[in-house]
Amino acid sequence: MSSYHAPTKEYRLLLETVAPIAELAKLPHFSEATTDTVYAILEESAKFAHEVLDPLNATGDRSGARFDAAQHAVTTPEGFRAAYEAYREMGGAALPVPTEFGGLGMPRTVVTLTDEMMHSANLSFGLMPLLTQGAIEALLLAGSDELKATYVAKMASGEWGGTMNLTEPQAGSDLALVKARAEPQPDGSYRIFGTKIFITFGEHDFTENIVHLVLARLPDAPEGVKGISLFVVPKFLVQPDGSLGARNDVQCVSIEHKLGIHASPTCVMQYGDAGGAVGFVVGEVNRGLEYMFVMMNLARFGVGLQGVALAERAYQHAVAYARERVQSRDVGAPKNPSVPIIRHPDVRRMLLRMRAQTEAARALAMATACALDLAQAHPDAEVRRAQQAFAELMIPIHKGWATEMAQDVTYQGVQVHGGMGFIEETGAAQYYRDARITTIYEGTTAIQANDLIGRKMAREGGVTANALIGTMRAFVTELAPSTHPHLIVAARRLREGIDAAERAVAFNLAHFNQDIRACFAGSVPMVKLFGIVCGGWQLARVGLAAERRLAAGDPDREFLEAKLATLRFYVDTMLPEAIAAADVVVNGAEGTMALAESAF
Amino acid sequence: MKILVPVKRVVDYNVKVRVKPDQSGVDIANVKMSMNPFCEIAVEEAVRLKEKGLASEIVAVSAGVAQCQETLRNAMAIGADRGILIESDAELQPLAVAKLLKAVVEREQPRLVILGKQAIDDDANQTGQMLAALLGWGQATFASKVELTADTVTVTREVDGGLETVALKLPAIVTTDLRLNEPRYATLPNIMKAKKKPLDTVKPADLGVDVTPRLTTLKVEEPPKRQGGVKVPDVATLIEKLKNEAKVI
Repeated sequence: MSSYHAPTKEYRLLLETVAPIAELAKLPHFSEATTDTVYAILEESAKFAHEVLDPLNATGDRSGARFDAAQHAVTTPEGFRAAYEAYREMGGAALPVPTEFGGLGMPRTVVTLTDEMMHSANLSFGLMPLLTQGAIEALLLAGSDELKATYVAKMASGEWGGTMNLTEPQAGSDLALVKARAEPQPDGSYRIFGTKIFITFGEHDFTENIVHLVLARLPDAPEGVKGISLFVVPKFLVQPDGSLGARNDVQCVSIEHKLGIHASPTCVMQYGDAGGAVGFVVGEVNRGLEYMFVMMNLARFGVGLQGVALAERAYQHAVAYARERVQSRDVGAPKNPSVPIIRHPDVRRMLLRMRAQTEAARALAMATACALDLAQAHPDAEVRRAQQAFAELMIPIHKGWATEMAQDVTYQGVQVHGGMGFIEETGAAQYYRDARITTIYEGTTAIQANDLIGRKMAREGGVTANALIGTMRAFVTELAPSTHPHLIVAARRLREGIDAAERAVAFNLAHFNQDIRACFAGSVPMVKLFGIVCGGWQLARVGLAAERRLAAGDPDREFLEAKLATLRFYVDTMLPEAIAAADVVVNGAEGTMALAESAF
Repeated sequence: MKILVPVKRVVDYNVKVRVKPDQSGVDIANVKMSMNPFCEIAVEEAVRLKEKGLASEIVAVSAGVAQCQETLRNAMAIGADRGILIESDAELQPLAVAKLLKAVVEREQPRLVILGKQAIDDDANQTGQMLAALLGWGQATFASKVELTADTVTVTREVDGGLETVALKLPAIVTTDLRLNEPRYATLPNIMKAKKKPLDTVKPADLGVDVTPRLTTLKVEEPPKRQGGVKVPDVATLIEKLKNEAKVI
């Protein structure tokens, strides 16, 4: 079994190229995020992931979270609670939270990397901090000062966890169907009733209190999405002095048996069986879904990152095996003894396919994270607006593509191991199973795709998408003068990819109003197309920087040359897939809808 | 009481080093560097003594290239109060380091110096002992337990035959073994605070120390490749092989 080592050198390169941390640190908002501090944080987080979280990953998968029906209690696998305690002591939960709420105020760009390490080492564990971050975000966005004062600091310190309660049995992707009820009380609070399902870490033994954020309807609320409100429902009510009071009327009534993420308890939560759970409204009534969607941007970003994280872990695991496993002779030297399988061309193809996609998706995630930071903290309003628009366009692409890419990468990871990959003990299978949820939760790939072609493209007349195409064309112009053979090919391939993206956007804009089914039929291929092209763009930005460093005599040649070689593989083998996806967007609708519904 | 903790920047323990083609040493360009694990244990021990109220100030000191600042910041993130970098691009051998540390001790006047017993790069296991000799102080090496009072330190040492307990009058030198403690993770807030702690830089010349190497490295080689093993049919064959082939019994 391989052990996880965070690719911190790769992280540093990204922080010096596509997500320049030194530029962010110049903004007063992020003045603490100086390069040396950030690198020190990354190194310590890498050590923690390697020494504490990674060793618990396989054991947590085997034993899983356990549920005690009599006590409505969940026990996480052995070692998880102690690991969380260590995480809390380290201050991990505080990293992204603004300083005025007891946090460390680090930019998303940095948190993206610390989160990636956590998810790579142990995805099940990482879900709890991820969900808590989301809950903090929602409270900061819309909560009253009183709610913020009561809950945020305790969550930022890691003393309390947070959850997001959206889904109900009849309301999955379609949240308009939410039925949970909220009855107003004379004191301004509410009583919450209903059942929520698929609640990640809805109950656990990490923290003394759990802060549930719950979507529910007031009795007089309008039908549909405009009648949903957001409530805070703590497991234990909080007394005026901040200490814990009575147990609230919310219980975990079972946990799910799942394909993956076994150590993460996925709970069915029952509210109000004993008279009503006490809840407090977040923001204004009937605007819950709106708040949730702002928050969900970050959650979707985080899940996309899980795709990158699992891909990285699967890659490291596969490389370690391919170096050790001796099998068959080198096809080019058949008289010699058998060789490690990494010598075989097809194993190389698989490993490089894993690595190239992982690096491209990570670079795209980092560029998006940097845009989110600039959108928040840049002094110029026009820069903030443009960066926000870019990030919002990128989030469904990143979430949709990075998680689908992770299916391919973890699949290849099993394949590199051959028969041993199918055996659980080897470890490759866990990444494959754990990855499977990432294309589903926080909005399936199709939901991301709908968001991309509808809200992010057609509804604004393609302004941001076309601006992005312009930015990528400008970059290719910058790439053009290079004489490095890999960059020459990259420029040509990228240009073809950008042309394809432009054709697909034009099709979407031209047909969205007249033939919307045709657009939706090609929405997932649109995500793939943009993922591959934008990932290639970011990878080429890194490649160009690598070439410039090499030309300037940087001694770390092996590392930098690998960036160019990986880019070359990516543009030669992945970009054609993007061009094919564009063809499906433009020409695939008729075939997709041709078969009558009754014929299935 | 002031405690001085020397820390060394070394190739990270996870890195597989490669011998340079000219056999002059191992290639440390572009590899990950971190604090020597035994030095981490030394810092942790000093911080624990301070947390118990037995020490008032911890000064971390490192000798080497400018990047040793990162190692000092790391020590300060764990809990050292300030840092001193003795900056030099020259090769620093244990005797030179011991002389540099002696000069720092004379300036800083600590009552206790805690060092790692050895560094995982050269495994020399000399600096602490040399420093004790140069200062004329008592030394307790390979510590697995340290009990400090105002005037004495009682140290349990890991020796070949078991454990040996020694009592020393202060000032004294202690070098740490692996089982003395388990270093904590630096908390993220402390990493950020460490940046604001004072870090002074001096040069060997400022301390009046000549760091010229006294030893010459002739050649560095990879250890011999391990040969494949054989299965023996029975104990008798095993004994026979151990006697006649391996010649170990």
